[in-house]
Amino acid sequence: MDFTVGVLLGTFVLSVLALFFFIWSMSQGLFGNGRSAATVIFARNEFGIVEDPAATDREKSDLQQAMDPSEEYYDYFDDAMLAATRERMAVRRRLRDDADHRTLADQSSAGVVGVCLTLAVVWLVLASFAGLISSIKLHVPDWWVQYDWLTFGRIRPIHLNMVAYGWCSLAGIGVALWLIPRLLKKRLIGAKYALAGGALWSTGVFAGTVAIGMGYSDGLEWLEFPWQIDILLVIGGALVGFPLWLTLLRRKVEHLYVSVWYIGAGLLWFPVLFVIGNWPGLHFGVQQATMNWWFGHNALGLWFTPLGLAAAYYFIPKVLGKPIHSYNLSLLGFWALAFFYSQVGGHHLIGGPVPSWFITIAIVQSMMMVIPVFAVAVNQHMTVLGNFRALFYSPTLRFVVLGAMMYTAASVQGSLEALRSVNTVTHFTHYTVAHAHLGLYGFFSMVMFGSIYFIMPRVMNWEWPFPLLISLHFWLVLVGFSIYFVWLSIGGWLQGLAMLDEKTPFMQSVALTLPYLQARSIGGGLMTLGHLVFAAHFFAMGWKFGPTRLGAALLEPSMLLRLTGKKVAA
Amino acid sequence: MSAGKSFWEMDELRLVIGAMVILGGATGVLVVLPYLLLDNVKPPAGLKPYTNEQLVGRQTYIANGCVYCHSQQPRDIKQAPDFARGWGRASVAGDYAYDTPHLLGTMRTGPDLLNIGARQPSKDWQLGHLYQPRAYTPGSIMPPYPHLFEIRTGQAQAGDTVVKLPPAFAKPGEVVVAKPEALALVAYLLALDRTYPALPPLPKTANSAEAAKEKP
Repeated sequence: MDFTVGVLLGTFVLSVLALFFFIWSMSQGLFGNGRSAATVIFARNEFGIVEDPAATDREKSDLQQAMDPSEEYYDYFDDAMLAATRERMAVRRRLRDDADHRTLADQSSAGVVGVCLTLAVVWLVLASFAGLISSIKLHVPDWWVQYDWLTFGRIRPIHLNMVAYGWCSLAGIGVALWLIPRLLKKRLIGAKYALAGGALWSTGVFAGTVAIGMGYSDGLEWLEFPWQIDILLVIGGALVGFPLWLTLLRRKVEHLYVSVWYIGAGLLWFPVLFVIGNWPGLHFGVQQATMNWWFGHNALGLWFTPLGLAAAYYFIPKVLGKPIHSYNLSLLGFWALAFFYSQVGGHHLIGGPVPSWFITIAIVQSMMMVIPVFAVAVNQHMTVLGNFRALFYSPTLRFVVLGAMMYTAASVQGSLEALRSVNTVTHFTHYTVAHAHLGLYGFFSMVMFGSIYFIMPRVMNWEWPFPLLISLHFWLVLVGFSIYFVWLSIGGWLQGLAMLDEKTPFMQSVALTLPYLQARSIGGGLMTLGHLVFAAHFFAMGWKFGPTRLGAALLEPSMLLRLTGKKVAA
Repeated sequence: MSAGKSFWEMDELRLVIGAMVILGGATGVLVVLPYLLLDNVKPPAGLKPYTNEQLVGRQTYIANGCVYCHSQQPRDIKQAPDFARGWGRASVAGDYAYDTPHLLGTMRTGPDLLNIGARQPSKDWQLGHLYQPRAYTPGSIMPPYPHLFEIRTGQAQAGDTVVKLPPAFAKPGEVVVAKPEALALVAYLLALDRTYPALPPLPKTANSAEAAKEKP
């Protein structure tokens, strides 16, 4: 007992010290630059001007009206106005520079971003069906049993891998490829390599899922693809990662925006995780189990979470036309996330045959995760604060803000689930499955939906043809996911309680989950329907259906004038 | 990269070093340290290595994703009634000395299987249960695995392992014959038996007697 308590206290003290070190180093400016870095995402005439390419003209106008004009960020705007009267020519040149940079950045990435996002949407639809089939099979076990590749034990990992490596990774990569050139005011270097990389990655995901369907699996959750196929993903990932890092090293901006920190780090972390996790013949027995959850949890914490937060940190301020509330807080969140999240994987093995210090570290760091989570939550909440009406008018914001809220919810829930008392109930149950979906769906996928709605009009130079379909998509997945999450959480909790009661026969814990599993299939069905609407709309845009309303709206002074009634120099 | 900045002032460098140091620390704690500590764990005296057929069966277990519903890690009696359910004592690292890849699992949609060979040692039961779980466990939601079996009309041939189904589930004029994969899978399931003591008997010395006293 002394040793465990010692480790517990030691880890806790170390974590608090690390936290103070982060705060100190930030006050010294060691980890980045203050407020000026928060404004690099805006051109000089953009402060206080809303932007959402997914919104209709009407919505844009309403969105602008919904903004509180008394806020501080209007100072930047007035500053620009003042400068305009004094040195009109210089300002005009700078504005044109900003516009040119952004046009060049967007043009350089459009092809590869369009391909990655298209592949992601295809994977989303396939993954949704795989998930729905898995869900139905749990309460109708004799359904479609004649096909071995459709057995639950194969279609479930097919679902997970299609979601993780097909939809989430390719959507995240597509968004990162679009954000990096914009944030660095630099053309994307080596776009054609990134394009080849995205295609190779997708080929790898396809080969991997076929392998699982045929029964060739490496056997570890999150690492099922045979390692020979993983080589395709490693090469594909490298072909995407290097262009992004080369672009980063030749940036034109003084400061790295917080999204760049997240994306840059994610691109470094994931290859290390993936290569170590999949290395054949290296891991054994219980050590392999600890590695498995080091990988599984870090794939979420150090790959999907950074990509999702990078997108949220860009699109929330960009749509609102107002800088993020506190840039320093966002960097604190970044470093604290990296430090604490990277060590929490062991909480998947609480009660397992692993050393107690291993579990203790995981529990302490899981609780410490509250810090980066609140750093993000406070920051994003304070940015949106006072402008909640904007959610009505901006499709992008609706998805992204909801996703950011679910990030907070999923993270707090995750910290609590790591507590031994809670974990004893929830471990081994459907509750964990619901929690996983709150993170990867409620948070990550929602943010990706919003980002894609913003990005695609810029990539295609075409507007979303049927704005109503965006609302339909939103409500279908929101209602579907709410049903999914609420009922599966309740069912999982009851299942856990039943299993802990010695006198309840095991079969009782199976029987009582059935109505909840059926509810999950209904929720999942609605989500799948929402994804079909989304995909149909996506491809309708790809084939240029519908009317053109605006064309490519980059920095259009006439637009700004109409929105604000203020004259802007350009 | 902006000019006039010293090497250490570059954000990229802070990013690379900070990110990699942190990941290195986590990898050290979660991967390397367990590697070093568990590398010399000896298999307990009661644990036999898998036979070739059992290893083939283990691959069938992996190929059909049994791990997504069945754990192989009974918890301590202080935490959960796993022992009372007949799932066995809390497992220790040595129990998995021959288990690569590990199959500890994260779900108990079905029961824990680390000691299924001891709990349900009948080969006939295991085969029939894989063919149609609901013939043996009413209310089970486990999928049947028809692709591990062959349906023959008429007589079974010499050397066939015929699955003996309960009368209500047997169709007249049909025999269900186990394919080699099914037989291998059952061989593996029957080998899942960690009922031997987790620790070797203590040698009788003063120190170990004291240590034994401290044990609850």
